[in-house]
Amino acid sequence: MSVIVDAPKASPKAKPVWARFMRWETLLALLCVVMMVGNSLLSPYFLDFGNLSDATANFSEQAIIALAMALLIIARDIDLSVASVIAVCSLAMGLLAAQGFGTPVLMVAALALGLACGMFNGWLVTKFALPSIVVTIGTMSLFRGLADIVLGDKALTHYPPLLQAIGQNYVASWLPIPVSFAVFLILALVFAFVLHATPFGRRLYAMGNNPVAARFSGIPVNRIRFILFALTGLMSGLAAILLTGRIGSTRPNIATGWELSVITMAILGGVSISGGSGTIGGVVLAVLLLGFTQFGLSLVNVPEIVINILQGVMLIVAIGVPLLLQRLRGRR
Amino acid sequence: MAAHKDNAEILLSLDGVSKGFPGVRALEAVRLTLRAGEVTALIGENGAGKSTLVKILTGLYRPDAGRLTVAGSDVKLEGVRDAARHGIVAIHQETVMFDDLTVAENIFMGHMPKGRGGFVDWPQINQRAARLLAEVDADFSAHARVSTLSVAQKHLVEIARALSQEARIIIMDEPTAALSGHEITDLFKIIARLKAQGRAILFISHKFDEIFAIADSWACLRDGVHVGEGRMGAVTQADLVRLMVGRPVGQMFPQRRSPYGPLVLEAEGLSHPTEFADISFSLHRGEILGFYGLVGAGRSEVMQALFGLTPISAGSIRIDGKPVTIDSAGVAISVGLGFVPEDRQHEGAILALPIYQNVTLAKLQPHTKHGVLSRSSELAASRAITGGLDLRAAGQDQAAGQLSGGNQQKVVIAKWLATNPKILILDEPTKGIDIGAKAAVHEFIRTQAEEGMAVIMVSSEIPEIIGMADRVMVMRAGRIVAEFAAGTATPEKLVAVASQDIEVAA
Repeated sequence: MSVIVDAPKASPKAKPVWARFMRWETLLALLCVVMMVGNSLLSPYFLDFGNLSDATANFSEQAIIALAMALLIIARDIDLSVASVIAVCSLAMGLLAAQGFGTPVLMVAALALGLACGMFNGWLVTKFALPSIVVTIGTMSLFRGLADIVLGDKALTHYPPLLQAIGQNYVASWLPIPVSFAVFLILALVFAFVLHATPFGRRLYAMGNNPVAARFSGIPVNRIRFILFALTGLMSGLAAILLTGRIGSTRPNIATGWELSVITMAILGGVSISGGSGTIGGVVLAVLLLGFTQFGLSLVNVPEIVINILQGVMLIVAIGVPLLLQRLRGRR
Repeated sequence: MAAHKDNAEILLSLDGVSKGFPGVRALEAVRLTLRAGEVTALIGENGAGKSTLVKILTGLYRPDAGRLTVAGSDVKLEGVRDAARHGIVAIHQETVMFDDLTVAENIFMGHMPKGRGGFVDWPQINQRAARLLAEVDADFSAHARVSTLSVAQKHLVEIARALSQEARIIIMDEPTAALSGHEITDLFKIIARLKAQGRAILFISHKFDEIFAIADSWACLRDGVHVGEGRMGAVTQADLVRLMVGRPVGQMFPQRRSPYGPLVLEAEGLSHPTEFADISFSLHRGEILGFYGLVGAGRSEVMQALFGLTPISAGSIRIDGKPVTIDSAGVAISVGLGFVPEDRQHEGAILALPIYQNVTLAKLQPHTKHGVLSRSSELAASRAITGGLDLRAAGQDQAAGQLSGGNQQKVVIAKWLATNPKILILDEPTKGIDIGAKAAVHEFIRTQAEEGMAVIMVSSEIPEIIGMADRVMVMRAGRIVAEFAAGTATPEKLVAVASQDIEVAA
């Protein structure tokens, strides 16, 4: 068979897509191993199932949003309002709890409100053809602002015990992992299935790589974008339930800065910020890598600020190294 | 035909130039000679190595072996700017420009004349830009924003830019691909002037009428190897085609063998607020309906509206006699339409995705079981369809972006075949693809029509329209201005109607 290949273009997408993912995920897995070994050397308390399990509670809420964020970024959008949506949802739960409503009502309210916020984002983005980064910077301020006006400088701290149990307890005594982490793992499986095994997932990759060709291929691009924003809002509502239950309070600064942590998880997981590539497996690995690094370093009393700096460096390296390698290989 | 000028000064020569990429031998011991005052046509199928050669000449690639001599001395080019310093400038297929800057700024981007204190010397820039534009007969100002220019005008800016760099060797990579008839004539006048000034021009085109009209000599590549060169006067088109494809090409267009069937599509009074008005036509099963017109006549816009991509302000569409409202591409697909768009890289193929995922993209349902995609089902379907189109690729997992233009087009066509359409719309189906792939696409279109598919083919290439279409609609300024039944269209009539140019008709 004669194979005629045009001169390889210096395009970042020249390699078979799956080959690049495989390499990236392998690298992440290796980093995870290095991180686990390093942390266990630093502290004797690190490699303990109970400690590790408890530590997952600190990042599971963010990780749940990161799953939806990954889909959104793969499809070439982004949502910066997720932390503000948590604030709105948590506030609503606090106000309803103060009225004496029970946990089921609070949960439904948070999910519905999160969904509504996401749909609002999606509506703005698709109806008016606005860039999602601009829209969600706007709604980030809008949602947070509304929450702040209602809440003032108070804190809502009276929540029903069931909600707190959901946020703080293990799944079961024989399965001592936090409910939030279990929810994350189950959702990761669902998201991985949807992204990697269904027509819907395939369409996301098509949209992210080339939205015009996707539309020309009959993909309802705007409807799918709307769904993704709604989904991200819904996940933010879910995160709000878990977070509010865990900390047992709603304060004005709840979840501040989370949008960046969530996006970091997705990007470090190999989701291309320009859309079109990434896997849920990568995001899960990045979540564990970031979460346990933080936990390990805090065990040996590394200040929060230093940990933040480290995570920033990790993100830049994660984005930079593959590009540099590619440039070196593609050179001339 | 230009006189034999073998004694003309050699401005550039390549000897034994090779270039390889991992797994691919792009060029093997290639030679090329460019002489002052001559146009040399570089011909070859897509994937033959023409683009690689251009990249070597402009310093984007460094050859693995071989010598490059410019004006008598050996050089090693370090990049585009270095190439420009040696007088080599390329004008590309799809011109890359800074749309929001002025013409003058584009001309001098990268080599702005500087005045005292290192500040940009605007008076000099504007003055020189105006002079360069006059030299290429430009009808626009140096202060115009590039975003307001047509493709042809952008080409003139690129040529002026080459002149501003004192280019002695100008490479034109398919400069006519997006130009209409009289724009090409204008471009050829400029090329003749550049020749007269003693510049050497490397002219890359897939259109033989252009090559024979403008070139003095030719060089041919096939599969990265130099397979011949000579004077234009000494060869025929058939000779060149044989060299390019390595086999004789018989009949250029496949002929209709059976009559066509019942009416399948009726469009009545389709209108758009700005792009087109009152478009009515009908289409039968097994018929190939050609749409001819100049670039910008509104043909693509009509097709996009028909396919539900742009809304119409008036008009109705009936398929198999039933009125349909097509307000999205999804609806279009469900009523049996397929659409191969003009710009295959931006609208057709998803370059980063593997071939089989491109092929199945427009209709994924047949490959799902309980909502789960079956890779084996997708692969089987894709293999069957791409095999029938003679797609040349390393495998189904190869990214579409790695294929040559002709093979990318086959992938896009395969995507629509996979939806099993009743009506297939092809917008410039062979634009910028090599002659071998072109013949394959023509054969495919005819075969599909014979099997009962209704085909709408938009094309700006007159031979293609006349050779392929059973009926031809001609559009001008957003309206249908003529219809030619089978066998009645001639190049002269088409051009005359499309451009309303009485002189050409005479």
